[in-house]
Amino acid sequence: MPDGMLPELLIALGLVVLVVVVVFVARRGSQRDADVLDRPETTKAPVTRTEVEPETIVEPPPDVVEEVEVEPALRPSLRERLTKSRRFITGRLADALGQTPDEETWEDVEAVLIQADIGVATATRIVDDLREQVRERKIKDPSEIMALLNEELVSLFDTEKPRDLTYSDDRPTVWLIVGVNGTGKTTTIGKLASTLSRDGKSVALAAADTFRAAADEQLGAWGERSGAQLVKHQPGADPGAVAFDAYKFAKARELDVLLVDTAGRLHTKTPLMDELSKVRRVIEKEGTVQESLLVIDATGGQNGLNQAKEFARAAGVTGVVLTKLDGTAKGGIALTIEDDLDIPIKLIGVGEGIEDLEPFDPKAYVDAILA
Amino acid sequence: MFDSLSNRLDDIFTRLKSRGRLSEKQVDEVLREIRLALLEADVSLKVVKAFVKDVRERADGAEIHKSLTPAQQVIKIVNQALIDILGEANVGLEVGSRPPRVILMAGLQGSGKTTASGKLARLLKSQGRNPILAAADLRRPAAIRQLQLLGEQVGVPVHAEPDSPGHDAAGVAGRALEYARNEGYSDLIVDTAGRMHVDPELMKELGAVAHAVDPNEILLVCDAMTGQDAVNVAESFLEEVDVTGVVLTKLDGDARGGAALSMAFVTGRPIKFAGVGEKLGDLEPFHPDRMASRILGMGDVLTLIEKAESVFDEAEAKKMEAKLRKAEFTFEDFLTQMQALKKMGPMSQVLGMMPGMSKLPVADDQIDNQMPRIEAIIRSMTIQERNNPQVLNGSRRKRIAVGSGSSIQEVNKLVKQFDQVRKMMKAMSGGKGKGKMKLPKGMNPPPGMGF
Repeated sequence: MPDGMLPELLIALGLVVLVVVVVFVARRGSQRDADVLDRPETTKAPVTRTEVEPETIVEPPPDVVEEVEVEPALRPSLRERLTKSRRFITGRLADALGQTPDEETWEDVEAVLIQADIGVATATRIVDDLREQVRERKIKDPSEIMALLNEELVSLFDTEKPRDLTYSDDRPTVWLIVGVNGTGKTTTIGKLASTLSRDGKSVALAAADTFRAAADEQLGAWGERSGAQLVKHQPGADPGAVAFDAYKFAKARELDVLLVDTAGRLHTKTPLMDELSKVRRVIEKEGTVQESLLVIDATGGQNGLNQAKEFARAAGVTGVVLTKLDGTAKGGIALTIEDDLDIPIKLIGVGEGIEDLEPFDPKAYVDAILA
Repeated sequence: MFDSLSNRLDDIFTRLKSRGRLSEKQVDEVLREIRLALLEADVSLKVVKAFVKDVRERADGAEIHKSLTPAQQVIKIVNQALIDILGEANVGLEVGSRPPRVILMAGLQGSGKTTASGKLARLLKSQGRNPILAAADLRRPAAIRQLQLLGEQVGVPVHAEPDSPGHDAAGVAGRALEYARNEGYSDLIVDTAGRMHVDPELMKELGAVAHAVDPNEILLVCDAMTGQDAVNVAESFLEEVDVTGVVLTKLDGDARGGAALSMAFVTGRPIKFAGVGEKLGDLEPFHPDRMASRILGMGDVLTLIEKAESVFDEAEAKKMEAKLRKAEFTFEDFLTQMQALKKMGPMSQVLGMMPGMSKLPVADDQIDNQMPRIEAIIRSMTIQERNNPQVLNGSRRKRIAVGSGSSIQEVNKLVKQFDQVRKMMKAMSGGKGKGKMKLPKGMNPPPGMGF
């Protein structure tokens, strides 16, 4: 919509809202409905994100709060981890495909895909394709249909695409970690830091989540475990300033990789998304953001696609980290994200242990969903 | 929240409205669309199937009301089916026979348990109660510290044992209960570690914690963005502990929220609270009836009224009403009202609560983004100009444009539109004269929803 249209529309809207509000407030005296209006008086004094004077001190040594037990290093494969749910789906599919495919069969296949959070539109498309091919090639054998479905799903991924995280020529390589609240950004950074350290790389962590209580301390605990250095400011400080200082810190010490943790934010909150853009811009004043990784929760549903769109716009997402794949959720929305937005899934999180971050392999993933 | 779903049903029903009597085939079509809409809103497939079946049965058995069009009838049935799952009204916390009332928070990682615990503590405290928090998440790094900081922010003490071994969550919770009982606290809110519902060890731990504190409430904290997995999560937690209610978090961010329906359907327990923002005050009692009408695209007017009442001064509002009615409403008044309106939250949020507004062809954040521009234009006017827009000649408009960083065309448009709307308001409020102003068509406030 052209900008010029907006003021007139908005003023009308504004006034309409106003009118409603006025009417209701005016009504209050006469038509109060005690039941309806019964509300605890809690929303009146909201605690706000306070602007704190930027604290310029960098605190390089890891800031450890408490020891937390690390999960024992049991490392079943992704396939094993997904066994439970897989058995269910396999049974369903085999049942469905065991007979001559009819309308109900295809509905069941579609249901399996929908339940993997692939999304109705994509699922319908896949099933339509599959039907078409089965009819054309006159396939009757259920296992062949299964193989075809598998192929169909794998083909949604660009299997040639490199999925490794990349490094910049100059040190430090900067990886920015973004996402909505509670997807596992900080945990992912902890795992990344461990992997990097184990590979002999020097790592710094930027605690640019200055909003959530104790986020820096959570990151610090991961830093301690992995031997990475933590740069942090005061709670409530400007995240851009933290990132900037961390960059200069890592550069001065010629560290290999800087991982920037950011506050979880809902992609619909424009000011917070702007803040994220600023973090990126601030780093880019001095260097480059090599990877901007969007952390997507596999238990999440269809709004993952909107998340990806908005974060791509604000932070130039280069890859997806699909976390929490160790439950029953399949994270099918990541497939839709890659298919629709051409943002590759690069890593998957399959547990709480420090090692539970694996490179994404489309074939293994599809197998894990269907096999 | 829920906008996509309500848009979708809006579309369906708009189409339905244009037709006469519904044939069976049309009912099929409607149900297919409802199924699709619910799936796209992340309602779990299993729940969708049951829901659609339910609606079909009701539609088949329904008596034909002469006063209702077939479309209205379907809407009514769908609405009732939604309410039957979500519940009639908000269900509060169990009262509990003797203090402290114990509230256990459980859920997956990242669903927002710790934040919800802090918010709940604040809510209880504001109701004059005397709660204490217990930090029984010994798994996630700094989870204890996070809860302690939240406790500080809301002024509620936190029982924490940072040195406890990671597996002694039940012990911590038990000692917290003992402490709370001895010290005479009214409520104990136990924050637990996030756990995968398929992790037998951690699920057992949850059972042990519950056993240790014998909670009055076990609240399952669920992310409103949850997808199809919601049913599995709900079923697994129900198996381990006796879930008494659901807290739906992150409900502010997103157009969907089908998990609400899935959770309520599977657990058979009410959704008691909704997290609607990042501030610690942003935890509201969940109102299922409002949510149902919201899903149906009827807006969420009751919440709107509540919010309005908290920020608008009644006497002032009456004055404004009079001004509006007489078309004496000025830019200055508009500016004042906008300031108050801002306190109600983002414009997009406020608009989203209004019936029919979800259909407007404007992206949410466009509204919020553009508001400051309008404000800038108005603020670039002198007081005289704001109160008396007729004096706005060419050179004044030019000055305003420059001052506000906009174009003269934009200023012109704003002034013109303002004038038109003002006249419109006057016309609308005419007619019945003295009494209340009439709302534009289709915007009648819905207590009862007027089917």
